[in-house]
Formats: sequence, structure tokens, C-alpha cells
Amino acid sequence: MAHSTLNINGTTVKFTPGQTILEAARDAGIDIPTLCYLKGTTPTGSCRVCVVEVEGARTLLPACSTPAAAGMVVQTESERVVAARKMVIELLLASGNHNCFVYAAQRDQGFKVEDAIFCEAEGECQLQALAERYQVFPPSYANPPDTKYYYEDNNSMIVRDFSKCIMCGRCVRACCERQVNLAIDIGYRGSHNKIVARGDYPYIDSDCVFCGECVQACPVGALLDKAARFQGRPWERTKVRSTCPYCGVGCQIDLHIKNGRIVKVTGADEIPNEGRLCVKGRFGWGFVHHPDRLTTPLIKENGSFREASWEEALDLTARRLQEIKDQDGADKIGGWCSARVTNEENYLFQKFMRAVIGTNHVDHCARL
Amino acid sequence: MAGLAAAFGSGAMTNSIAELEDTDCILVIGSNTTENHPVIAARIKRAARLKHKTLIVIDPRRIDLVRHANLWVRQRPGTDIAVINGLMNVIIQENLQATDYVAARTEGFEALKDTVAKYTPEYVEQISGVPADQLRQVARLYAQAPAAAIVYTMGITQHTVGTDNVKSLANLAMLCGNVGIAGGGVNPLRGQNNVQGACDMGGLPNVFSGYQAVTDPAHRQKMAAAWGVGDLPDYVGMTMTDMLPAIPEGKLKALYIMGENPVISDPDADHAVAALKKLDFLVVQDIFLTETAQLADVVLPATTFAEKDGTFSNTERRVALIRRAVSAVGQSRPDWQIICDLSRRLGYDMDYANAEAIFNELRQVTPSYAGITYARLETEGGLQWPCPTTDHPGTMYLHKDKFARGLGQFFAIEHREPAELPDAEYPLTLTTGRVLYQYHTGTMSRRAVGLVEKAPECFVELAPEDASRYGIGEGERIKVRSRRGEITAKAQISKKAVPGTIFVPFHYGEAAANKLTIAAFDPVAKIPEYKVCAVQIEKG
Repeated sequence: MAHSTLNINGTTVKFTPGQTILEAARDAGIDIPTLCYLKGTTPTGSCRVCVVEVEGARTLLPACSTPAAAGMVVQTESERVVAARKMVIELLLASGNHNCFVYAAQRDQGFKVEDAIFCEAEGECQLQALAERYQVFPPSYANPPDTKYYYEDNNSMIVRDFSKCIMCGRCVRACCERQVNLAIDIGYRGSHNKIVARGDYPYIDSDCVFCGECVQACPVGALLDKAARFQGRPWERTKVRSTCPYCGVGCQIDLHIKNGRIVKVTGADEIPNEGRLCVKGRFGWGFVHHPDRLTTPLIKENGSFREASWEEALDLTARRLQEIKDQDGADKIGGWCSARVTNEENYLFQKFMRAVIGTNHVDHCARL
Repeated sequence: MAGLAAAFGSGAMTNSIAELEDTDCILVIGSNTTENHPVIAARIKRAARLKHKTLIVIDPRRIDLVRHANLWVRQRPGTDIAVINGLMNVIIQENLQATDYVAARTEGFEALKDTVAKYTPEYVEQISGVPADQLRQVARLYAQAPAAAIVYTMGITQHTVGTDNVKSLANLAMLCGNVGIAGGGVNPLRGQNNVQGACDMGGLPNVFSGYQAVTDPAHRQKMAAAWGVGDLPDYVGMTMTDMLPAIPEGKLKALYIMGENPVISDPDADHAVAALKKLDFLVVQDIFLTETAQLADVVLPATTFAEKDGTFSNTERRVALIRRAVSAVGQSRPDWQIICDLSRRLGYDMDYANAEAIFNELRQVTPSYAGITYARLETEGGLQWPCPTTDHPGTMYLHKDKFARGLGQFFAIEHREPAELPDAEYPLTLTTGRVLYQYHTGTMSRRAVGLVEKAPECFVELAPEDASRYGIGEGERIKVRSRRGEITAKAQISKKAVPGTIFVPFHYGEAAANKLTIAAFDPVAKIPEYKVCAVQIEKG
């Protein structure tokens, strides 16, 4: 496709017609901060964090939704831009209960740690990161201290805390454009607007299918993975890339681990899922640490199981298989491998059945 | 699998997941994609809603995809062949087929043409209940799209005519030149994370890894040499569904089951239990004491995906890594270590340092995996087979320019009725499947709090018409009885259901749908007819 150029911060940058200023800048390695922008969905330009100064334009323009044009001259961190951005951030901080910086700034004025309302997004919050980057400390404006916010904690997967919601609409686009579940939208008008599910019901009573895409898209702490609450700070966790163990789509996942336990699962931005997961992949990992897990070999005696050592169980199994092979023939032994275990294990299993036992009665549940 | 292999020479999904978003037309038949493959459904919905592509759904149930579709065709369960033949009849009648493609790349067209000639839309309407004009519309939409993809799952295969259903879809795709192109193809979506891999790795009675036939002396020789053994069995072994009835006949004395739960997943479950109890020796290796493990003589504790390294192959033939993220629970061991432990005791020394060492062995004897290495998977992400060499990028779609078997094979297929049809005594049709929040026999998903919250128990989905006919209210207990067994579950009255047909998910051991299902199999693929059997219901 044809390339044209524009000028960003004094550098000539190539772009493909149809790209926005933001896309052109990011391709060129120039960072423009964003908040409401969600990759692969329609830009709405609603948060105004990404505003830039374009020569000849009367107002600042949102980079996420302004098409790049040939010859455009753009400033991304000019004085005017930074001032506007600080104001935007301050207003966003003032729109809810964003207390992380209230605490930081008021510490020397006798503010006690116990008074801070704990925020799960601490350290991962993109608004917090922006406030830090642009040094926006406690907002001069704020809702009255007795403001009541909607708080929803009546299902076992997702917590909704609207005291943190900044109405960026990423959750709506995650739901409606990335997953196309069409379960949530922006409801009401003006200052009353909020995210609603069906006719403003709790998730559990709505059309929500708990894919959790909204939680992953939320840049602040308004939508939380319930199981991960109080399970350590983000920087105390390690992420391990893996493949979802449920259906055949093979979604790429990140397992978030703390102290040898899974804390949560998120979708990785890789083929084939590009960040998406379903309810099973995101919230269905509890079996790994379940108390019902088998932890020791079992041997049945007189109709009931007793615990056994590996040595004993393996010796018994090997002896019985050998006996039956010797007495009845290898073709009287069958083996079922599994669509649930790895390639390596299936390969080894059929090798074992064919080369060691000597039977081709090998199959698995592909048909069921 | 068998159907596609016969038509194309390979049973795998022909195209890739990402292509679905950008093709011109998607025909979904016998797949409740939104509940069974939600992330693929997201692609299909994006294509339909955001990119304005054509989506056609052929399914007796009003599944979720219907609300995103341009057209929904509701056929009587078990009449897919008639419907597909009807589509081809229209396409040929209206001369919409890809004549050059058919001439250059396929064989058997004349026989197909003769057979489908009698499947006029009016004739198909009599068999399937699909209005003739609707059939014509679908045929035109599918045939006139530059690239059209067919997506199917168990709604096609779990019939006594499952293989023929698949062959019919292959016929349709070839007729319109839709195989071997981007955005086209015949795409079976695999229900379990590593069904594709288990098949690829030779977890089948007739082939070694890479679909190398055990009956071919050259393949046996090659594997025997690689494994350092004298000879290998040369006969085609029994499938799972053959093995169970072989037990009471004395043809099978011992069974080694790794990670399977046939007591819940097999048809006519009561018979499966009775058969397993007759074994001289049953060893089960699993992560939980499943219904099947409870019947075992020895139970060996295995680890989950999070406690081991390895690879899975997804439905689009993409091999991707899993990585050990937490330590093994208790004394549990990865399945591969347990196999090695057993093998050593039986006098064959299996010794691998890690999963990668096993992979390095298997890629040497499996041509389609030869170019895949752990190092590449680490840096490049998942790779799609065939990937014959380490500089090969992997294969997005199969059968480009040439089918795996050379020419694509048309099969002339006649409609046949399911094994058991409703009658005066058992007047309703039962179809089984999964729900979004649960998975297979529930071993994993029924141990996740959120999933249980959303789908705690079994239900019987029935149409409002049937509910009022039987005087059944929402949430009431109802008994469902077939010639094989009986279960009780809650009524869920839903417009999803087609009148005369009820749906029961098979995840729930305490109300196991497979106590009702019939052990009638597709003669080739040996897949049970889970999608049609006759039942009666009454208030419980």
C-alpha cells in the first residue's frame, strides 16, 4: 500500500492511508499515552488523554481517532498538550474514588495508611501510571465525601466497583466488538451515565456470559477478577505463558502465579485468540488446586482403595500387565490415551502400547 | 476425520481460525460454536456483525449464532445429508458450481451429479422440513461467495451417518471450489484441547504418529528401528467403542486408561460400567478419582497442564507450548513420567530428561512435525503442521493447488434415517451436547466455583409447545426415559429447542445423558449417535 508521511515531534513518520495519528506514531516508536483506546476496536476518543497539537487545527485533537494526513505537523508533548492532559487526568481522578495519590500526597500531612481504601489495581492501573507520569497529585475537585457508588459483589467471578470507573468504555467495546457478546453498554445520560448490563441489572442476572473480557480490558480497578483479590500485588506475581486446557481452540494464556499457586488467568495477545478467553479458560482453573486432586497412588483391596507408594503401585501394575500378556496374549490388553494430555505423552503412550506391550488396541475419545 | 480423509486425503481442519473473520461467507452446520468454541464464535460474530460477511446457520436448535446470522435453516435432526444434497442440487441446477475446479482437481463428479439430481428442494423439504425456497437461498449465498468456509462439529459427526455427513460437506465445498483457498475449507472444530494432537501422535488403533499406517511394513520397520524393538503388531487395533463390548466377550482382559472418563462420556453408560467391571485388570491414570477411576484396580495420580511442560495441537493444527507454572500436587507425576516408570518395569528402558527430549524423538519419526522445535515455539509462537523443515513457516491452509490424496474425491451419498426414530411409545427425539459453562464429563469444570454457579446441574431443554403439551412448568423435575435408561432433571423451557426434540447436556454424572443414548455407531468412524435417539418424558 502507498505510504505518505507526516511530521511528529520534528521527525518525519511514514503512514499508511487510513491509519490514525496514534497508529502512525506507535509504528514509529513514538509514545502517545492512551486510556480509552482498545486495540482492534472502534476508537471513541472519549477520554481525551491522547490529545495532540496539530498545526493549523483550532483545538487539540485525539490521536486515537484522528486520521493521519500527508504533511500534518504534530506535537505530542507540547506545553499546551501536557497542560490539557494534566487537566484530563485530574478530572478523571476526581470522578471517583481514586485514592492512591491522595494517600501519596497527604502522607506528610498526617494521613494514615489505614485510611487509604485499598485498590486492587494498584501497580497495574493505567490512570495511576498516567498520574505518576504527569505528576498530577490530589485533584482540586472531588465528589462529595458521602458520594455513593455502585458496588457489585454477588457472583463468584467478577466484582464491579464503580467508584473506580472512569467511563472510558473499554469494557463495552471488549464485550461488543472483541467478543460480540453484546451484554453491556453505556446507559443513562450526562453525568448519570454508567455501564449497564441489560436494563441495568447485575451481571449474574443479565446476558453476561462471564468471558471476563471486560475485566481484562478495564484500565483501572473498576472490574476485578474476584479470585485474584487479596492474592498479592501484581509485582509479586510471575506470569507463565501456556495453552488453555479446555476446548480445541488452543487459546494462549498467561498463568499469574504467586507462592506456587495460580492467582488468575488472562488471555495472551497471540494467535489464535488475540487476548480473548471464554469463561472456562479465564475462570475455570480451580481444578488445579482442588482438594479432590489425587495425591498418591491407590490400590483396590477388597473393594475399597488404600493409599500406596509409587513403587508398590507401579510394580503391581507392571506385574499384572506382564501376567496377562504372558497368559492371554498382548492383544488382550488395550490402552486409552487422551485428548487431554500433551503430544509428548500421547506419543509415548502409543509407543508403550505398541513397542512394550505389543498391541495396537490404542485409542482415545476423539469420537465422543 | 474419516470422511475428510477419504475425500481430501487428510482429516484435519483445512483452514485456520483467523481466516474466518475475513472470508466472504461462513456456513455453520451442527456446531453450537458460541457455547463449545466461544473464541472461534467471536471471530464468526465479528465477521457477521462488524465486517458484514454472510453467516448461514443450519441447526435444529435456535443456537446463539442464529441471532447474528443472515439465514437460519432448521432441519429435522438427522437429515443433514438430504439438506446438503439439496444444496448441491440447486447449485448444479442453476449452474453455480466451480466447473473448472471440479474438472481439474476432483474426481467422481458425474456419480455425485446423478445422485443429487433427485434431491430437489421440494423433495428435501419433505424429508427435512426445510422450506424449498430457503434451501435455494442458502445454496445461492454459499455458491456465489468468492470464498466460503464450512464449520462443523459433533452435530455432524455424532450420527450413524456421521462419516457420510462429513463427506457430503466435502462434496459441497469442492463443488464450489472452496477447498485449498484462504477463507474456504471444511473445518471441523475439535472439542478437546488436544484431540488433534492425540490423533497426530498415533493415539489411534490404525496409525503411528503422523498417520503412518501400522499395516504398512515400511512404517512398522521404520518405527521398530527408531524404537529399537524387533517387530511391531501389524493389525488394525480396536477402537474405544469396539473395546468395551469386547470385554464381556473375553477379547480384552486388561485396560490402561490415561485421562479418560468413559463411564460418563460413552453411550449407554450402564453397559460401559458393566463391561469395565468384567476386566481382569484396570489401571486408570488421572488427576481426580473419576467415575471411571473408581472402577480401577490401581489408580495413578497424574498432574494437570499447569504442572508440566509439553505441547498441545489445537483444532487448526497449531502446535503450542504449555509450561510448568506450579509444582506438582502431592506425589502426582506428569503422565509421561508414569509411562516411563511403567515401561522400565516391563523391561523397556524409557528415559527422557524432559518433555522436550520426547518431542525431539517424535519429530524425527513424524514428518509433519519434523520442522517444529521447542526453540521455535518459544520464539515464534505456535506453528501449524505440516511443517516439514526447520525453515518452513507452517501451513495455514491445506490442499492448496493439490489435495493430499491427489484429486479430491466426490462421494455420491443417499440420505438415511437415524438408527432410532421417535414412535408412539418414545415420541420425542433426544439430542445431547455441551453447555458454555461446563466441559465434557465435568471432571475439571465442575470443580471451578464460577462455572458451577452458572451451570450447577443438569437440565432438559424443551420447546414451549412440548412443555404445555406435557403440562410441564419451568424448573419442574422431569423424567426422561429411553429404551436404555432413565434420568431426572430440571425442565428448562426454551425457544432454542425445536418442538418434538429435547436437549440434555452430558456433563453431569448424577443425571448422565449417556444413560439414555444409543450405542449405535457410524460404521467407519465408530462415532456414537449422540444426536438422535427416541425418548419419552413425564413429570418427575
